[in-house]
Amino acid sequence: MVQYMSARLDASFAALSDATRRGVLEQLGSSDASITDLAEKFHMTLTGMKKHVGVLERAGLVTTEKVGRVRTCRLGTRRFEEATAWLERYHQVWDSRFEELDKVVAELKRKESIDGHKKRK
Amino acid sequence: MDTRRESEPTSTQNRTTVERKSDRELVVTRSINGPARIVFEAFAKPELFKRWWVPKSFGPSLLSCELDVRDGGTYRLVFSHDGSEPMAFFGRYLEVTPHSRLVWTNEEGGDGGPITTVTFEERAGKTLLVFSDLYPSKEALDQAIASGSTGGLSETLDQLDELVVTLDGSHL
Repeated sequence: MVQYMSARLDASFAALSDATRRGVLEQLGSSDASITDLAEKFHMTLTGMKKHVGVLERAGLVTTEKVGRVRTCRLGTRRFEEATAWLERYHQVWDSRFEELDKVVAELKRKESIDGHKKRK
Repeated sequence: MDTRRESEPTSTQNRTTVERKSDRELVVTRSINGPARIVFEAFAKPELFKRWWVPKSFGPSLLSCELDVRDGGTYRLVFSHDGSEPMAFFGRYLEVTPHSRLVWTNEEGGDGGPITTVTFEERAGKTLLVFSDLYPSKEALDQAIASGSTGGLSETLDQLDELVVTLDGSHL
């Protein structure tokens, strides 16, 4: 099958499929934080948090910068926008389907009430 | 961050939700103004099904639509887009419970295709539709999303994409 969407999205969705990583993104949405801060907030070891941040970084969702001994993480928006844009489009496909389904169902309901009327006569 | 997206409330408050429920499952819900038996009919009769499953605004046209809606029955939808090579989507109905539940396979992509389960829950004259696409693995769903093929309409997404860009250049 021809692939229309960038394969790069793959990494974004894998990154977003984990609750802790979504939490980290939410956290970084309100302010930048160091890996130590994040590990404390999510009750994880530094190593565990480094792994999560690594996944987010590879997906382009987060960027990190080391100043002295502290690695600061902040939100990188590009990939996340791509991922949400896809969901937005997928949502629109279903929305237009359901709008048509509404019409079909309304038509069937009308037909049924007319038929019911005829039968009663 | 939640990946759920909801449309603006409509006058009827029937909103479409799309949610990745788990690593392997993508779920779409929507309430329809009508009893379950009528909504089910719109799934079971090809001439009705093709009217809403492939809205005109989609772009790709439907060359044929064969649905044998019964346990073990098969379905086959063939699309064409701007005279390109026709593309077929096909599978089998694993479970058909009139007015309440439909389960079908999606076999055009080989073994990695999802199992689609649709449930019809009637409440006060309305029917809540729940579509669940369950993939064999997390990787299979990630791949489907990445390729834009989820829902079996990658051409549709492509077409819609163009449409959205045309209608609202600032949106994407």
